[in-house]
Amino acid sequence: MTALAVHSGHLTMRSVRALVRNPAYLLITLVQPVMWLFLFGQLFKNVVDIPGFGTPGTSYLEFLTPGVVAMTALFSAAWAGTVYIDDMGRGVMDRLLASPVSRGAMMNATLLYQSITCIVQTAVVVALAYAAGARFAGGVRGVALMFVAAVLLTLVFAALSNAVALLVRQQEALIGISQLLSLPLSFLSSAMIDTRLSPGWIQTVARYNPMDWAVVVSREALSASPDWGALWPRLGALAGLALVMGWLATRAFTAYQRSS
Amino acid sequence: MPTSKAPALAIDARRLTKMYAAGRGKEPVRALGGLTLAVQCGQVFGLLGPNGAGKSTTVRILATLARQDGGEALVDGLDVRRDPGAVRRRIGLVPQRSCSDPVATGRENLVLAGRLQGLGGRDARRRADELLERFGFSEDGGRQAKTYSGGMARKLDVAIGLVHRPSVLFLDEPTTGLDPQARSEMWREIERLAAQERMTVLLTTHYLDEADHLAERLAIIDHGRVVTEGTPDELKRELAGDTVAVDLDDSDAAPIVAQHISTIDGLSGITTEGRTVRARAVHGARAVPLVLARLEQAGIPVASATVSRPSLDDVYLAHAGRTFEGATR
Repeated sequence: MTALAVHSGHLTMRSVRALVRNPAYLLITLVQPVMWLFLFGQLFKNVVDIPGFGTPGTSYLEFLTPGVVAMTALFSAAWAGTVYIDDMGRGVMDRLLASPVSRGAMMNATLLYQSITCIVQTAVVVALAYAAGARFAGGVRGVALMFVAAVLLTLVFAALSNAVALLVRQQEALIGISQLLSLPLSFLSSAMIDTRLSPGWIQTVARYNPMDWAVVVSREALSASPDWGALWPRLGALAGLALVMGWLATRAFTAYQRSS
Repeated sequence: MPTSKAPALAIDARRLTKMYAAGRGKEPVRALGGLTLAVQCGQVFGLLGPNGAGKSTTVRILATLARQDGGEALVDGLDVRRDPGAVRRRIGLVPQRSCSDPVATGRENLVLAGRLQGLGGRDARRRADELLERFGFSEDGGRQAKTYSGGMARKLDVAIGLVHRPSVLFLDEPTTGLDPQARSEMWREIERLAAQERMTVLLTTHYLDEADHLAERLAIIDHGRVVTEGTPDELKRELAGDTVAVDLDDSDAAPIVAQHISTIDGLSGITTEGRTVRARAVHGARAVPLVLARLEQAGIPVASATVSRPSLDDVYLAHAGRTFEGATR
């Protein structure tokens, strides 16, 4: 158990060190959220005037912020597996697998690292939205819950991305699958639009979409009077799914080794 | 805890078999077809063979990266399939491809490897400095590994494999892709390693001269089997006499030449490859004039004829039925 924690820590620091040496990477991942927030946000500014959209008195920027936080988490996490593929391309993966480092530690490390970048990204998005005039009635507690939801969403999709990386072992295939997944999951959620105004089937799909769970949790938490009955089950489902995905992804190492 | 006697064999692999799926609709590929290998403790043992012969598959099984389909393998007395965790603590692996983190410095790479192998912070740092000095790049330890030359990067890989003083070190093609100077430097390092650390080294290579130079004992592998095994000298001595090679202007004539010279006394093991016909001769210098006379008689032009002492290439030829170069191509 302690070895698992120590190994997870050292491997996480390895990735953090690489990020600190190359912070441009983090800046690049922030280009998209800034565009969503300020270009898309402007384009659809008046959508809040449609009767039945969101909570009255909320600006579109305020509505969009939790959506952009979740989208940023989803899009970054979907790329998580590229680290494994780089390691496979070099001999790093083989060296680690032939060392006392457990597969669990290797999985933990990438998930921890993704969580750290998610927290930084979320903080930047929230700060930018605040600077642009967004105000969140849910206060510190609401923002904190949004961070929790974003991290859980990151864990779910980073684990999925890692599993796909271990199974397909090709950068192109991984990126293709990630793209195929991230955009539809974003559109089939309330990230940008109040799904109460969408066709019924989208509302149905959104109910089972982890991406939507994160958005709903964050949006409720940030509102003046959160609907806890909608928030807690979704947060719990996200946490449960993160555990299941992490476990499945760790199992994917076995498949990787069997075929190598 | 019972004090177990140190096993005499560092590596004891018996009848290893391994198949790989080649993809849908294709026959699976046999990588190993009953490979047996015994390596004494403290030996530098070479696995020599062309690409695809099964060298890397053998290393992957012994290093717990792949599972054999059949047979059993013990490393340091431990079964790789039943007890992979214990095996992993005793081995060091230097994979075929570079295994350092390019963004981290040489020193950081070594410290991280040490910590992952269970060394404490201070021990890991001390060991990293020791290895940097030993491999002659104390001054470069603070630079990112991606700035290292090919030879330095490979030395760093070896240093990473040594961090925890493993009892068995696997070096998978340590000099492939290195320039001649970096190669000879790497050879010196490996020789020093063997002399100072008293560890067992299993080295795979497809360079004949590397196996000849470094390995105390070697096994020649072909098509997933050991075709012969011994010290380089033993293997060469087994081949009595010399090698006579005749180069022709035209490859079409090779089979005819083989036939013509097959009746000459003292010649055996005649093989052809492209424009070259080779034969074993009890006494090479005596055989050459006979060969040339016979071909002159038959009116077949000869480009050159050479006599040489047996090399590992001849050993390979004698056991695998083709030249090493031909198999590698």
